[in-house]
Amino acid sequence: MRFQLAALSLRRHASRTLLAALGVAVSAAMLLDMVMLATGMRQSFASLLGRNGFTVRVSPRGTLPFDTEATIGQARAATAAISRIPGVTAVAPVLGTTVHVLGGRDAVTAFALGVDPAVQGDYQVLEGVDPVGNALVASDALLRATGARIGDTLDVAVGFDPQLRTYTGRRRVAVSGRARFTYLSADDRAAGLPLATVQAMGGADRADRVSLFMVRTAPNVDPEAARVAIERALPRVTALSTAGAVAEAENRLSYFRQLAFILGAVSLIVGFLLVTTIVTVSVNERIGEIAIMRAIGVSRIHVVEQIVIEGIALSLAGAAVGLVLGVFTARWLNSILRGFPGLPDAIDFFLFQPNSAFRALALLVASGIAAGIYPAWRAASLPISATLREEAVG
Amino acid sequence: MSGQPILLVRDAHRDYPRSGDPVHAVRGVSLDVTPGEYVAIVGPSGCGKSTLLNLLGAIDRPTTGSVTIGGTAVSTLPDKAATHFRLTNIGFVFQRFYLLPVLTAQENIELPMAEAKVRLTERRERARELLGYVGLAARADHRPAELSGGEQQRVAIARALANRPIVLLADEPTGELDARTGGDVIALFDRLNREGMTIVVVTHDEKLAGAARRVIHMLDGRVIRDEPLLRRA
Repeated sequence: MRFQLAALSLRRHASRTLLAALGVAVSAAMLLDMVMLATGMRQSFASLLGRNGFTVRVSPRGTLPFDTEATIGQARAATAAISRIPGVTAVAPVLGTTVHVLGGRDAVTAFALGVDPAVQGDYQVLEGVDPVGNALVASDALLRATGARIGDTLDVAVGFDPQLRTYTGRRRVAVSGRARFTYLSADDRAAGLPLATVQAMGGADRADRVSLFMVRTAPNVDPEAARVAIERALPRVTALSTAGAVAEAENRLSYFRQLAFILGAVSLIVGFLLVTTIVTVSVNERIGEIAIMRAIGVSRIHVVEQIVIEGIALSLAGAAVGLVLGVFTARWLNSILRGFPGLPDAIDFFLFQPNSAFRALALLVASGIAAGIYPAWRAASLPISATLREEAVG
Repeated sequence: MSGQPILLVRDAHRDYPRSGDPVHAVRGVSLDVTPGEYVAIVGPSGCGKSTLLNLLGAIDRPTTGSVTIGGTAVSTLPDKAATHFRLTNIGFVFQRFYLLPVLTAQENIELPMAEAKVRLTERRERARELLGYVGLAARADHRPAELSGGEQQRVAIARALANRPIVLLADEPTGELDARTGGDVIALFDRLNREGMTIVVVTHDEKLAGAARRVIHMLDGRVIRDEPLLRRA
């Protein structure tokens, strides 16, 4: 009968109950969004880095991958040295450079990656084939900008001499395919070419040099151990495991987490106060009824239970609506934030993770229970005779 | 009707703390009520009648002295035990009826039985039986707001009888009723007493007091006169 009484008490002031549940829903949605924001970037960044099984990134000493234009020399020897480290199953050298596609009225500038197509993890061919020799795969944005199609030949240069106003490192390159670049945004103009081609176009400055090695390790090997071994074998590089990269990213984005934590805590407190207020108001209206229930023999714990059930019902209803509201809000906010230029397609700011979401909502419901206990216990503990006397006078 | 007292009050005092001197609501009251008695407690407002009734019903405790109901010293019972004792041994009727407005008449009667863990079918049956007893069988599904004052009080009486109490305590049960509906309640109490129910009422209503078999007069927290009335034919 406690459940029936709780439900009837909530129905007694239906509009107030509805508004309170909506308030809790907004609070739950905000809490959920903050939880998604706090964990989403880290998770989606970790997932992005973990794609294709590459677990260690090797860049010039003191730099992060593509943080600077610095390169690693004696790339072939370095590749061989890394390959010899136990547990390393593949080494993918990458040389990044800016390229200019000539031929139109204005040159189209793009970012090019020189890779070994056999082991690369930077792009996926959507149409056509991997580039061999003087060929490239291009992003949709680059194809749109140049008007090129698969099979066309482009006039591509890797440098521009402003004094002579001439392009350097020019080469005619065939478009062998259309590709999606994993670490770039969909709007980035990008091309993937064989590493040897990019090195050759760069002349002596780029000969046998790479910007980065991506290293794949065996599943039973700790990437951190491989990272240490790589740095020991090649003193002029900095190796970064995926976990390290995630930690580094987390460090750089710590303000996001702090913001999310603070706003999440505020949401929780607001939800708690809302339920406390509603339950307190409801209890104060029913002091006489509660005293009468106690007088006719309803135990204090049962009175408390009935009122706490009301708090739980409000919190649960709010949490359920908040879950839906939170997911929709997160999607909307995510679409706005993903519009920032240069962000990889795969990065999500708000990532729905059922465990985190349900933990957050469980916390909200728990706070709803806590919110109901105090006013309920206070009401159930009032002296019965004095309360009835006051009610009779009132 | 005679025998061992069902209610025993011995030198009960009830003081309420107040800044300055405490209020002495009940001062050294002793009385016995035997099973089947119909007692009215009368006196001017503020003389301690309702406080004494609360002591008799174990919803308040004497500051000193003792209250024993059906052999149980209720004045020393901890809250949980006192609550259970009220549930199973005492029926309360209040001036303002105090039915739960969200429940129907039948559900209000079922409430103490549900609390006493009476099975659903049994309590439904008992509630209907009690509604029939107080003449409201047709009003089972009505909420208090849909009932007249007299009907609400009769439902409250049915609720008080739900767990078959050993004593029925009523605080000004006709106080908010007009003469006709008050008369219905008086008749109902009379019928209950004739069927063996021990009843103690606190009242200003001369008709109700006159229906009792014994009248206790109080003044300033003390019993000043305790007189049996002649049994009516």
